[in-house]
Amino acid sequence: MSVHTADTRTIDRAVRQFLADNFILDSGGADLGADESLTQAGVLDSMGVLELIMFIEQHFGVSVPDEDTLPKNLDSIARIVTYVASRLTRGGATSD
Amino acid sequence: MTKSFGPQVLRLANAEMAIDQITEGMRREVRAFRRKGGVLGLSGGIDSSVVAALAARAFGGDNVLGLLMPEADSSPDTLRLSRMAAEAAGIPTTLEVITPILEAFGCYQRRDEAFARVVPEYGPGWKAKIVLPSVIDSDSFRLFSVVALAPDGRSIKERLPLEEYLQVVAATNFKQRTRKTLEYYHADRLNYAVLGTPNRLEYDQGFFVKNGDGAADVKPIAHLYKSQVYELAEALGIPAEIRSRPPTTDTYSMPQSQEEFYFSLPYDKMDLCLFAVDNGVEAATVAEAIGLTAEQVARVFMDIQAKRRVSAYLHAAPRLVVEE
Repeated sequence: MSVHTADTRTIDRAVRQFLADNFILDSGGADLGADESLTQAGVLDSMGVLELIMFIEQHFGVSVPDEDTLPKNLDSIARIVTYVASRLTRGGATSD
Repeated sequence: MTKSFGPQVLRLANAEMAIDQITEGMRREVRAFRRKGGVLGLSGGIDSSVVAALAARAFGGDNVLGLLMPEADSSPDTLRLSRMAAEAAGIPTTLEVITPILEAFGCYQRRDEAFARVVPEYGPGWKAKIVLPSVIDSDSFRLFSVVALAPDGRSIKERLPLEEYLQVVAATNFKQRTRKTLEYYHADRLNYAVLGTPNRLEYDQGFFVKNGDGAADVKPIAHLYKSQVYELAEALGIPAEIRSRPPTTDTYSMPQSQEEFYFSLPYDKMDLCLFAVDNGVEAATVAEAIGLTAEQVARVFMDIQAKRRVSAYLHAAPRLVVEE
């Protein structure tokens, strides 16, 4: 499935669902603060980051180039949402 | 203590006393297992050379066996330096070329299939390794890339997606696990214990393969920082060529430093950072001592903690899920 608009609420919901499905959060991700560091909270390790990148690329249809694999883009739900929204807006989609 | 923070904080008070303490401990633990000596894999590196020398002192050279286990991707120096270490320690060796075993497992084929999915031109005659970005240069997540070298000298670097990364690591792990299987074969045959060779950095940070080089009956130098292993090496008379060899993984067909594959910094600086984390030394103090910025050292500290979280699985023994 691809999301082609920068609807941040849809992105937020999808990201939380992805984290809950893949990183065994008892709360289902509901109580993860939007600005909480996912690495500091022990949700993501380096392999988890790879999974997250794969999810972003497949689910939202945008590529995540090497230079974007930074904590400022991917280390909290809010940052991921902002990053994905900006990639969608900037037309970073890999395909339709 | 922070005023005088530097390599001297790791210096052994007395190398000979440290050797006596370790060899006594080795005898005690191996005796407790009712085993008569020790088997270890020799890599031509500093750690296995030191453990070989310690084992010879602990059990007598005749009660130690050094295994030479090269494979297709091993450096040409590995065998020569391993023999040199065995000779210096006065222990016998057995050669077990593991290439046919790895071929039977499909080690190279499975690894190369994964490389070729990322670099489609990759094929016979190519060499490759996987590398991490530097912690020092940026705060980007440390994600592995494959560096592939074509027969004509062209080099291609691509980020490894999750599936390919996992397959490459799983395939190359056959190497460490095959070696460990042979170590246990010879240990069982001789009624010896298997001696592991990790130093403190490797043991603490999970720089080993679970049930591969992470497996052993006794780990004689796992409490020592790598700098301290070098101190012992000198006291034990390890040949200078081995002591001056840069640490390498010796796992991929292209030479790969330990910094490219795992650690953030060369071992002497990593030792100090690990010590600092465990002893509450501030990043700014460490930065001054090792010539980095406090921000760079803070990133190394975070990398140390991240690796500790990952290595918990590597250290874990099988768990029972119901206790009675």
